[in-house]
Amino acid sequence: MSTKGIVKGIISNLVTVEADGPVMQNEIAYIQLGDTKLMSEVLKITGNHAFVQVFESTRGLQVGDKVEFTGHMLEVTLGPGLLSKNYDGLQNDLNKLTGIFLNRGEYNFPLDKKTLWHFVPLASPGDVVEAGSWLGQVEENHQPHKIMVPFAFEGTYTVKSVAKEGEYTIMDTIAVVTDADGKDIKLNMIQKWPVKKAINIHSEKPRPFKLLETGVRIIDTVNPIVEGGTGFIPGPFGTGKTVLQHAISRQAEADIVVIAACGERANEVVEIFVEFPRLDDPHTGRKLMERTIIIANTSNMPVASREASVYTAMTISEYYRAMGLRVLMMADSTSRWAQALREMSNRMEELPGQDAFPMDLSAIIANFYSRAGYVYLKNGETGSITFIGTVSPAGGNLKEPVTEGTKKAARCFYALEQSRADHKRYPAVNPIDSYSKYIEYPEFESYISEVISPQWTSLVNDMKTILQRGKEVNEQINILGDDGVPVDYHVTFWKSEVIDFTILQQDAFDKVDAVTSLERQHYMLNLVMDICNADFEFAGFVDVMDYFKRVINVLKQMNYSAFQSPEFNAYETDLKNILAEKTI
Amino acid sequence: METKAFQKIYTKITRITKATCSLRATGVGNEELATVDGKLAQVVKIQGDEVTLQVFSGTEGIPTNAEVVFLKKSPTLKVGEQLAGRFFNSFGEPIDGGPVVEGEEREIGGPSVNPVRRKQPSELIATGIAGIDLNNTLVSGQKIPFFADPDQPFNQVMATVALRAQTDKIILGGMGLTNDDYLYFKNTFSNAGALNRIISFVNTTEDPPVERLLIPDMVLTAAEYFAVDKNERVLVLLTDMTSYADALSIVSNRMDQIPSKDSMPGSLYSDLAKIYEKAVQFPEGGSITIIAVTTLSGGDITHSIPDNTGYITEGQLFLRRDSDIGKVIVDPFRSLSRLKQLVIGKKTREDHPQVMNAAVRLYADAANAKTKLENGFDLTDYDERALAYAKDYAEHLMAIDVNLNTDQMLDVAWDLFGKHFTSTEVNIRQDLVDKYWRK
Ligand SMILES: Nc1ncnc2c1ncn2[C@@H]1O[C@H](COP(=O)(O)OP(=O)(O)OP(=O)(O)O)[C@@H](O)[C@H]1O
Ligand SMILES: [Mg+2]
Repeated sequence: MSTKGIVKGIISNLVTVEADGPVMQNEIAYIQLGDTKLMSEVLKITGNHAFVQVFESTRGLQVGDKVEFTGHMLEVTLGPGLLSKNYDGLQNDLNKLTGIFLNRGEYNFPLDKKTLWHFVPLASPGDVVEAGSWLGQVEENHQPHKIMVPFAFEGTYTVKSVAKEGEYTIMDTIAVVTDADGKDIKLNMIQKWPVKKAINIHSEKPRPFKLLETGVRIIDTVNPIVEGGTGFIPGPFGTGKTVLQHAISRQAEADIVVIAACGERANEVVEIFVEFPRLDDPHTGRKLMERTIIIANTSNMPVASREASVYTAMTISEYYRAMGLRVLMMADSTSRWAQALREMSNRMEELPGQDAFPMDLSAIIANFYSRAGYVYLKNGETGSITFIGTVSPAGGNLKEPVTEGTKKAARCFYALEQSRADHKRYPAVNPIDSYSKYIEYPEFESYISEVISPQWTSLVNDMKTILQRGKEVNEQINILGDDGVPVDYHVTFWKSEVIDFTILQQDAFDKVDAVTSLERQHYMLNLVMDICNADFEFAGFVDVMDYFKRVINVLKQMNYSAFQSPEFNAYETDLKNILAEKTI
Repeated sequence: METKAFQKIYTKITRITKATCSLRATGVGNEELATVDGKLAQVVKIQGDEVTLQVFSGTEGIPTNAEVVFLKKSPTLKVGEQLAGRFFNSFGEPIDGGPVVEGEEREIGGPSVNPVRRKQPSELIATGIAGIDLNNTLVSGQKIPFFADPDQPFNQVMATVALRAQTDKIILGGMGLTNDDYLYFKNTFSNAGALNRIISFVNTTEDPPVERLLIPDMVLTAAEYFAVDKNERVLVLLTDMTSYADALSIVSNRMDQIPSKDSMPGSLYSDLAKIYEKAVQFPEGGSITIIAVTTLSGGDITHSIPDNTGYITEGQLFLRRDSDIGKVIVDPFRSLSRLKQLVIGKKTREDHPQVMNAAVRLYADAANAKTKLENGFDLTDYDERALAYAKDYAEHLMAIDVNLNTDQMLDVAWDLFGKHFTSTEVNIRQDLVDKYWRK
């Protein structure tokens, strides 16, 4: 018999329930309100009182209303058909909901029970398997989707039978396994998993080292992220967090992209709905939507399911990683999730930490980021989840709990800067304060010297030195005046501007400039660094500026032209001519 | 509101604070309306049989034996075509002396639109003001506030925008509006002969501040009626959202919630988002566009109210007095319309995006030159030209009294580029320079 309860108190979406039996922390309960049932999650238990957060508006709820506990935590349903779906934070398929408005209490099954999938067995009778072992595969949007032994299974099992190659629905039995006690268990293509628990079915989690190509120069060239790496993008409002994340999700070389729109604008999600089915994956030529799953809990959707939304997205990511795929997960914005935690914690009158956030905020963030990573599966294959979250610091001040907590957890830091955004120097990533810890990994260095060139790392370091020098020199020019410093200073400054305009700045809305292949990034960096390493002769500082503006103009035209196209080559010739005028 | 026969009347209030009163009652729903001593109140907390009510106009003068009647419903608005041309208070009651509106009664603060039922905004809203149309183009279905100091003419600019925009209905939500500003809107709209497409819900500084919490939901319920049921293009004006947020903080502080930054409730982001996210474009043609005002204190945009607003809205518009020309301009640096890329260069001329960016970049060069000048340094020839350009740019494009179509704005910009710069200095894609550069 499942536990039942009665509503005893209501403050906003925090409801006190008197239960008549055992209740589990984080258990899901449904509250009956008229004809509808409102989903809720247990947050705290004292005596026979459970405090539940309702994932919906509690308008009209009364003391005495009936509650039913389900006996399980918040779960997602995993199986073929997740790709291309638009879910809410609780994994309801938004496209299946009827009506213009999101009516509370409307929940649905997240997959399609009737679709036939072409199943190919991978295991054979007699095989000894365990949680996560591959039993077979179906093709989902041209990707191999592995059907696995449910992650919740403990110990080993023996395969008794596997379905023959053929067409099956997710509900059909595709294998029978026998447990240690000799009991047969029928398996279909779906399984459930509680979102707050990490799926740990891999044998090893080494340090990640393979560059994840994003096509964004300020990432790939300057501070690269790796397959299975973690990064975060803090920045005041309007500095380009979402534009940068969208660019990465369009262009990155990943098999699966999971986007969690967490407490941000609905129009930004609509943009993905509209563009992704149309745009091509630059690596496979297929439509972007085919590899994408969207979890939308926009800012006007129930606050309580904001937290659920990032966990739902992470669990789905882990599911695909277990198939040996490269998953890229994005969350915009993790600050909204932290705020949802704050609202609930305040309502429960917990002792507040800094800025009234829960005391354990930074542990929660660290725990979440730790679910990303590059793994060796037990069958020797590899899989990865690269996770990039945005952070929206209050007042743009990076000394606040969410930014600080995230900084401890994430290995790449892409700090967006108000003044760069104000000057339209997009992407407004501060090239000097930002970092990628992966550059320091020897594994990464040897990988990069193989895929790009052995000189790459030192070239990038030289570039960063010039940027740093340029900044210092600029400060001096501002203090001493244009003619208060040697002409050389101006040359150094303008060399850093050449790097800024050509390598760092990138127009996310220009078809050509938006995505730069690794080959092209290599080519352009060589070109720019040749300029930076050349010696120039100028009569006075005015000439320096005029001259480098011409150089920058030609380089920008190159950025706007298709790589090695006739225009591109013509601009390069122009550039050579301009350089010949002044180099010595 | 008259009492119906079956309603139970309570007369024993057990606790009274500045904004709330509590009593023992059963069968009461969360967020249900009630009257306390004839004043409208709403259930904000239920603990066992103790119910806490927030009294909108404050609890002054309420005795412990006051009559409390529960109304069995949450706040509602009667919607219908008859709303057009009318003025209402926070409760949706007429304040223009006209008759009570008859129509379908709808709960305010209703559910959000399913994101998959939205259409991507794509219709440009022309205002004639280049500081908006050229640099920060508005799109129908967008939400955008003016960030302004209290002494700036934001209500005038907003009224101009509203009247020039092609819309079917304009719905004004006035929160903490001074009586003078209320009359300004009323006169401007009626002088423009536009009253019949305007609906106003107004809470003035003379009304109790907590009442204004109802205004945005009233406005947006009316807006959804016209946008969803009638497929109309609705423009919503909300002024001033800072007064709204202040009222939120009054309520939350009186209810002993732990305040977060700037004494604002921890839920400020969600509270504001719930309002602004009602902005929408529907596939059937109806839309809700929200233009709001957030007044700043001492120009501080890191304060919780503008900060949270900036994180929610699709850009923001700053007004600034330009000392070079002695006029108010739309500040090209801090202003931003996030949705502009959906229309510029697509619904407007191809050179729009690049011209806009180049013009602002050159204006920034002038700002640097100005800093040099202030620090007593010599200016280069380029600096001098940038300064001259900046003055022209402010006068002929950024000033709020400009009224041009976008092609004209772009032509003016090319004129200014040609007048002050060489084509390599403006950094625009070559094919556009070839086509539009003034020889
Ligand atoms: N790479 C870019 N190229 C061109 N424009 C950009 C770029 N990045 C950002 N922008 C401009 O900045 C605007 C704001 O960017 P975005 O929406 O990504 O900001 P955000 O940091 O996500 O803000 P919020 O925190 O409010 O969500 C964009 O609408 C666009 O106009
Ligand atoms: Mg954003």
